[in-house]
Amino acid sequence: MAHVEGQQHPISVYLWVWFLLFVFSTFSYLVDYFHLVGMLRWSLIVLFMIIKAGFIVAIFMHMAWERLALIYAILVPPALVLVFVGLMTLESDYTHFLRTTFFG
Amino acid sequence: MAETATGSMARPDGLQGIVADWASDQRSFKNVPWGKAMMWIFLLSDTFIFSCFLLSYMTVRMSTTVPWPNPSEVFALHIGGQDIPLILIAIMTFVLISSSGTMAMAVRFGYAHDRKKSTILILLTAMFGATFVGMQAFEWTKLILEGVRPWGNPWGAPQFGSTFFMITGFHGTHVSIGVIFLLIVARKVWRGDYDTARRGFFTSRKGNYEIVETMGLYWHFVDLVWVFIFAFFYLW
Repeated sequence: MAHVEGQQHPISVYLWVWFLLFVFSTFSYLVDYFHLVGMLRWSLIVLFMIIKAGFIVAIFMHMAWERLALIYAILVPPALVLVFVGLMTLESDYTHFLRTTFFG
Repeated sequence: MAETATGSMARPDGLQGIVADWASDQRSFKNVPWGKAMMWIFLLSDTFIFSCFLLSYMTVRMSTTVPWPNPSEVFALHIGGQDIPLILIAIMTFVLISSSGTMAMAVRFGYAHDRKKSTILILLTAMFGATFVGMQAFEWTKLILEGVRPWGNPWGAPQFGSTFFMITGFHGTHVSIGVIFLLIVARKVWRGDYDTARRGFFTSRKGNYEIVETMGLYWHFVDLVWVFIFAFFYLW
């Protein structure tokens, strides 16, 4: 591989990602605008959020072109936050149960 | 440069690559300048901070027995005789995404040694960032005038105010600090510091255009955090 200084990718890649981020932001705004509710609302919000986050990290932050050692070192630890989410869900359900039972 | 045996031997990819990179008694992050690796590790720690904020928000919202204020109505603006839900937040989102787009291109032109384009794009990024902070100040003013406080608000669960001010305030602080650093980097790019290897006023180190990319990482992270705040706080 010839030596290229830093990360040099075609401008069109960035413009495309920029455009797609606009599109998906509009989609998530429309979810609220059309008052979608329930599982449909939450799944769409999370879906658009993950797509946008993926584009930013992969293309804008150049993660797609890094070596796997760096990718895993940075992306695996935040994934463990999901365990924390699970714990706090149990905890807040319990708090809610106590509040409705004894202070309701 | 304090590095051994780079480029001379072929490196394995995939899972074998991870083991080889971490076990090689050298630096683990090959092909990455140390400043960039350090910025990534800082961003990882920042990720945990914002995760904790969003998690505590989730916890208080799930455990409260009082109805949560409807963000769609709270953040609506009265424009042209009707309430448009979340319109200010939507504009703020587009402004921040645009700033990320200009930053990505500034990094690209920096590596191409196109100082003029890179400087203009960094300044544009800083301008978008300042616009974002300005709109956030407007939003805060509006909510405070409507009676939102960290300990209560007119519409429902009192935790709404504390989590709102904490999360958006911390994010806004990140944007403000980013704007300041963008202006510093823009000046250095414009003056050609990274071509002439001029020493920095604070670190006395010679810089190069990798610094623009490191700055870009921070800025994209600020945009990234907003994606999560937008989804969880404003849309949920």
